[in-house]
Amino acid sequence: MIRIEDIKKQFGDQKVLKGISTVFEKGKTNLIIGKSGAGKTVMLKILVGLIQPTTGTVWYGDTNFTALNTKQRKAIRTEMGMLFQGSALFDSMTVEENVRFPLDMFTNLTKKEKEIKVNKTLDRVELAGSNNKYPSEVSGGMQKRVGIARAIILDPNYLFCDEPNSGLDPTTSMKIDELIRNITAENEITTVINTHDMNSVMEIGDNINLVHLGELAWVGTRHEVMETKNELLQDFIFASPFLQRLRDAANRNKSA
Amino acid sequence: MYWKETTRQMIDIGIGSLVIIGLVSVFIGAVTAIQFAYQLGGSSIPKYYIGYIVRDIMIIELAPTFTCLALAGKVGSNIAAELGGMRQKEQIDALEVMGVDTTAYLVLPKIIAALTVIPMLVVLSAFMGMAGGYIACTLGGLVSEAEFMQGLRAFFNSYNIWMMEIKAFVFAFLLTSISCYQGFFVTGGSIELGRASTSAVVISNILILLADYVLALLLT
Repeated sequence: MIRIEDIKKQFGDQKVLKGISTVFEKGKTNLIIGKSGAGKTVMLKILVGLIQPTTGTVWYGDTNFTALNTKQRKAIRTEMGMLFQGSALFDSMTVEENVRFPLDMFTNLTKKEKEIKVNKTLDRVELAGSNNKYPSEVSGGMQKRVGIARAIILDPNYLFCDEPNSGLDPTTSMKIDELIRNITAENEITTVINTHDMNSVMEIGDNINLVHLGELAWVGTRHEVMETKNELLQDFIFASPFLQRLRDAANRNKSA
Repeated sequence: MYWKETTRQMIDIGIGSLVIIGLVSVFIGAVTAIQFAYQLGGSSIPKYYIGYIVRDIMIIELAPTFTCLALAGKVGSNIAAELGGMRQKEQIDALEVMGVDTTAYLVLPKIIAALTVIPMLVVLSAFMGMAGGYIACTLGGLVSEAEFMQGLRAFFNSYNIWMMEIKAFVFAFLLTSISCYQGFFVTGGSIELGRASTSAVVISNILILLADYVLALLLT
């Protein structure tokens, strides 16, 4: 479980986060949603320690992550995996080398053991046989899956995903969502996803946090999204005329 | 210490720069020999001095300075672009989230590789420069082979080799550390990446020339 308390972040005069407190639960896919510029990415980067908050605290279980120095953070970081928006794969390495990288860095496994673990993980993300391809030789969806494989190879307790569906077609996007949901449930890990993909919200949103102008505007589950009267969430979810028509049709059916 | 990454950098900087350094050095040595022969003209200075001057000017000045100026352009811009690209594609962030010490993994191997390989390239440059002088003199009939070889052996002072290597170490450190800094802390998009790459070359060149002046004062 990750808990954040009164997180504020200011860049110069610009207040990006204005005191956010929430809990990201274990074994669930926790979503941070909001419009572009709402502060989602800053919040995610504060969670993983890439940005230091101006004030506030990030707790990993009982550990105050914000108060730790770089060396002390290393221990928690080996329990983290992160999928970046652009996948952030190393261009000069093959798919296999990218996935094996954390094992090379942080384990004393033998070459054979690493090979077995890499192949098992690639199989898990449906990329068996792509070992020797370079990131530039695989599609965007495959790159995301390589990114997920690299993120989960050390069996992390925390998985972070920054816009996992950006730039993907709806079918691939759904496969990525399903993969993340299954990994979260199977491994009982705390997953935090930063997204503005409506399919993800409705399909895998166990714990949804709506951030608006640097403040937490709504918290709930995907089942509560349709019922809520929160105008900010309504505006965000049903921004497109197509979804508005669907909602209206659903409401008409309900009243009839 | 990341030996695999350091070895990769050594190969990149060393093997990858052999051709350019060889070419630059041969021509510099040849031009130095031809122009010194021209300056001697009909003077009473013995002709074998051409070999002596080519040798010493390559060792003391041209090999370390020209090699490192050329490497600042080739290797420095490459380092800045590589690290800047990694920063922009969030690869450095990915390493940090994994708990990898990014300075130790990305910067240190480049500096150690440069400090190891560039002094070797400078030695090669000095030899290639002398070879260039020899070829220019013998092919152009400026001086006989025997006279040029006599000049190469005359008045040799081993301290000059130390001077060359000290310069090579200082210049190598300057060009890699400046290029790493420019690339590592790049912000923005492709325009800023281009600027960082250019700044790496320009600042390295200026500081190499400045350091050359200071070292000349200190070491001679």
